Amino acid sequence: MVTSTVTPKTIKSPAARTAWLNGRYPRVAAMAVVLVVAASLPLVMSDYRLFQFTLAYIYAIALLGLNLLIGYNGQFSLGHGAFFAIGAYTTAIMIDRWDIGYGWTIIAAGAICLVVGFLFGIPALRIEGMYLALATLALALATPQFLKYHLFEGWTGGVQGIVIDKPEAPFGLPLNPDQWLYFFTLAILLLAFVLGWNLVRGRTGRALVAIRDHRIAAQSMGINTALYKSLIFGVSALYTGVAGALSAIVIQFVAPDSFTLFLSIFFVVGIVVGGLGSITGAIYGGFFIQFVPNIADAISQAAPWAIYGIFLIVFMLVMPLGIAGFLAILWHRLIMGRLASDGNEGHPTET
Amino acid sequence: MDGSAAPLLAVENVSLSFGGIVALDKVSFGVEEGQIVGLIGPNGAGKTTLFNCLTRLYRVDEGDIHFQGKSILKLPPHRIAPLGIARTFQNLALFDKMPVLENVMIGMHSRTRSDFLSNALRLPWVGREERAMMDRATELISYLGLEPEMHRRVTDLPFGTMKRVELARALAGSPKLLLLDEPASGLNHKEVEDLIGLIREIRDQRKVTVLLVEHHMSLVMQVSDAVVALNFGRMIASGTPKEMQEDENVIKAYLGDGSA
Repeated sequence: MVTSTVTPKTIKSPAARTAWLNGRYPRVAAMAVVLVVAASLPLVMSDYRLFQFTLAYIYAIALLGLNLLIGYNGQFSLGHGAFFAIGAYTTAIMIDRWDIGYGWTIIAAGAICLVVGFLFGIPALRIEGMYLALATLALALATPQFLKYHLFEGWTGGVQGIVIDKPEAPFGLPLNPDQWLYFFTLAILLLAFVLGWNLVRGRTGRALVAIRDHRIAAQSMGINTALYKSLIFGVSALYTGVAGALSAIVIQFVAPDSFTLFLSIFFVVGIVVGGLGSITGAIYGGFFIQFVPNIADAISQAAPWAIYGIFLIVFMLVMPLGIAGFLAILWHRLIMGRLASDGNEGHPTET
Repeated sequence: MDGSAAPLLAVENVSLSFGGIVALDKVSFGVEEGQIVGLIGPNGAGKTTLFNCLTRLYRVDEGDIHFQGKSILKLPPHRIAPLGIARTFQNLALFDKMPVLENVMIGMHSRTRSDFLSNALRLPWVGREERAMMDRATELISYLGLEPEMHRRVTDLPFGTMKRVELARALAGSPKLLLLDEPASGLNHKEVEDLIGLIREIRDQRKVTVLLVEHHMSLVMQVSDAVVALNFGRMIASGTPKEMQEDENVIKAYLGDGSA
């Protein structure tokens, strides 16, 4: 036997405590608290603030999808803005042209993006790393121009885009449209979060990470790497498409210039800042994308992007594993740091 | 062995070259069910190349490979594990960022069936499957004495321990044939002794046929029922360990023929 660095006698009770703190109860409790706070925000916040939070949640849904692809499966995409756009336009066109209920349009947007993402994932199998980044970059670059293209103008509204109405709260709920959309988005985020959480914690999630960490070994274990890679591309696009659909409903407007390359890059920024390979990281990332540009703007109207850049650098220096990784380390240090210092200290990845 | 039944694994005239370099040249041998077969040869003899052909990581140029009487050469690499062929890797191929337990659970991939949708919804049977995987992985982990390391990331482990994790992962797929690529490399004397007992036990108790590539001669000679020797991609001898130790070609391959 290899001599272990941990002597079983001394850490018995701290180990049990560690196991408990790493177990599901503290997490479920933490999530319940977060949910209660999130659900009570409409009581205290202005409609505009609420609208901003709704957008942060929407970005979080998109980032969840992108993180499944990049963080868990190791496939790089600089083109997820395109799926966001496809989702948004699907919803806008269906509402504008056919007057279809917005709930249905979200499902349609997700389904279309699932198929398009899966199909894009097939040629993507042949390219890896930076080359895949470039291929997806092409997708992001082309999207706004397709949306402006005169042959599609009858559908997309060309440069003008499409304006849609904000839905009222159903069932006579005593909520104004902003409050209703806030709860609606929160519910979808929660659903997306739980499904994603389950996905990465099962056989499928392990297979995705196995492909990322060692493709050959993954194949030898019987993992159909091609199928998993194209499926997760589709699932990732589905998440992002649903987010796009929600953004169209919440903003009441789609136009080509909302879906430039910048959007795709911000998504990547969001998952890196939030925490690669972390489901909760997507939520932090969503808030970062939504609020940091505003904060930068408030600090300096002359050079907001310089301030944004400083924010980015500081975040990466202080939290090289993203906000989720940073919080995981804090959790270990603050709550049980002294006890578990010799064991699995600050194990930051959630994978 | 009465020789009448088809062997579990039959390698038939397998040839493979990379560019102009012949890596395998008409290699033929069989592995009977329940045997432990050693594959020996100097560096570059083509041993790992052969393993990579058996697991379909390489495409053979000529010849055929039968497992349980069926050719495997039309199958993609991920269809090999479900047949019951598992392997370990010469230079370790673990999933570095995952704990030991999950590495072993991935070994069960081909024996389990939950997919994207059922995982995302976490249907009741998925929970049961997950618990069954956990139990079996835990059993293997304790069988290989890895319990203290169960929740540690594999990169944090010593080399010898990582090799045992790979073995546990390979066994997790309930293989009929286990391919071990240099299981003794990097192990100390005591660990090699343990490994010899372990390989026998895996064969005797778990009914797994073993084909192993190894440089550690004393291990090969102690544990193998039959030995196949390769040199420069050609099979130069095969027989019992005793016969091999006296075989001129084998001695020449290892010691040189004096002309070098």
